[in-house]
Amino acid sequence: MSVISVKDVWKEYDDRVVLEGISLEIAPRAFVALVGPSGCGKTTFLRMLLSEERPDRGTIAIDGAPLPDEPDSGRGVVFQRYSVFPHLTVLGNVVLGLELKAAPLLGRLFGASRRAAETEAREILAAVGLGGAEDKYPAQLSGGMQQRLALAQALVAKPKVLLLDEPFGALDPGIRAEIHLLMQRLWHERPLTVVMVTHDMSEAFTLATRVVAFERRRNEPSDGGRYGATITRDIEVWPKRIAGAPRPLRKSSLPGRDDPAALTGDNRDDPAIEGATP
Amino acid sequence: MERGVSSRCVEGCALPRRSPPPGPPPPGGLINRRPGAGAGRILALIPFVLVLGAYLVGSAARLAENPNDKLLPSLASLGAALQRMAFSIDPRTGDILMLVDTEASLYRLFAALAISVAIGLILGIAIGLLPYMRAGLGAFVAVVSMVPPLALLPILFITMGLGEASKIALIVIGVAPVLIRDVALRVGDLPPQQMIKAQTLGASTWQIVLRMVLPQTLPRLIDSLRLQIGPAWLFLIAAEAIASESGLGYRIFLVRRYLAMDVILTYVAWITLLAFLMDRGLALLQRRAFPWFAAARATG
Repeated sequence: MSVISVKDVWKEYDDRVVLEGISLEIAPRAFVALVGPSGCGKTTFLRMLLSEERPDRGTIAIDGAPLPDEPDSGRGVVFQRYSVFPHLTVLGNVVLGLELKAAPLLGRLFGASRRAAETEAREILAAVGLGGAEDKYPAQLSGGMQQRLALAQALVAKPKVLLLDEPFGALDPGIRAEIHLLMQRLWHERPLTVVMVTHDMSEAFTLATRVVAFERRRNEPSDGGRYGATITRDIEVWPKRIAGAPRPLRKSSLPGRDDPAALTGDNRDDPAIEGATP
Repeated sequence: MERGVSSRCVEGCALPRRSPPPGPPPPGGLINRRPGAGAGRILALIPFVLVLGAYLVGSAARLAENPNDKLLPSLASLGAALQRMAFSIDPRTGDILMLVDTEASLYRLFAALAISVAIGLILGIAIGLLPYMRAGLGAFVAVVSMVPPLALLPILFITMGLGEASKIALIVIGVAPVLIRDVALRVGDLPPQQMIKAQTLGASTWQIVLRMVLPQTLPRLIDSLRLQIGPAWLFLIAAEAIASESGLGYRIFLVRRYLAMDVILTYVAWITLLAFLMDRGLALLQRRAFPWFAAARATG
């Protein structure tokens, strides 16, 4: 369970301010979608969460401890492309995560430990719907399958935080809808805090518990890049999605606009109403 | 309006599909014309046949004028040279000369290529992957690779003597810098996302080298090694021509004194065949040992 707290983070490249004054508290097991126009620094922010870049000002902490200086196995990642290794089979790609942890010198496992790792990898491959494709190479998979593999590969290292950089942006709509279901299921089943960068609003509101918009308050060419992007919207998705809880009530069973508000339950209107107990 | 559109569609859709009219296809651009499989093979043979034919015609013409002409020997005398060099024991040394020469040359060539590949892999990966190595060695290797190796040959002979070491060193000096630079470039071309991803799986730098960089670099190294086989033979023959007691290059430059074109041409054909087989062998090795590579290269 990891709280990510971002305090007053600034990032500049040369003379251009990319991000300014970003403060964000991400609750454990949240699914946060970062949205915003291209070039607004949302990917830069994700790279800072990954320790690929460092903030110029401000701090980022996970569970109160400052972020490590390098990417590590506490934070998994799926990129839009190049997330999987082309020279390993599907099974090899997933086993790799287990091998790297268990065999620091050779990076390989043999014999019984290898078989145990393969069993674990097969389970996770079946969970993402890649059962039966274990011996294929990534280049033989479709784009959607490759991203499923990337998810399996990231999850096998059991990260507490999963970072997604437009992971489904290159997929066509049908495939994307399927992988959204998978993503929701994985988030419900595993102890993950997810931060996802996307430019697709509907994707953000389909998956996330919270949608955070980055935007430049001023973006005039004459500013010369002196104004960076900051958080302009921070929206809790309603009805609330709770990790591990069964799917929230369907739209039809929610009270309509003119119906009386629910007094109890997750979607009660106002927790301050007297006598309403959760 | 609506009616008009729909009725037009009905007429259009009702038309039976016709096969394209018979006759020659409309003239298209040259870039769109492709030979079939059989035609492609014949086209590949044509230049070989033409060159061979030109040689035979020229040889016949010269021999008709002077039966003792040595410049363009007939096929029969080439065959006799092959028989003499490759299939009979030389009375003076008691060896089959071509076999001994080939052994000596291939030993030097393979030793030099093995050393070059080892140097190329180790330094290339270090320079391509580690920013400190790139900063320290990148410019140095770039400069060293511009030194003309043949100009160093006298220095090698002076410092290392006339034995095998100087010949192997010449090939290594010629081939290794190119391999280092090529491997470093290929390693640099690996997507940075892969390195990040590996680190999020808990990989150390050593593990990244072992499991990510090395396996993905080897098939690319084979590409670059195939291109370096030509230069490697060049340096080998140059070294053997100047100071040697055996080897294919030694023999060619020895019999040059007697204008023995029959032996020279036989040896040239043999060297070409060896180099060609090495090239094909490496291509085959790449396909067999790295089955993922062709598809991964195609999709980028």
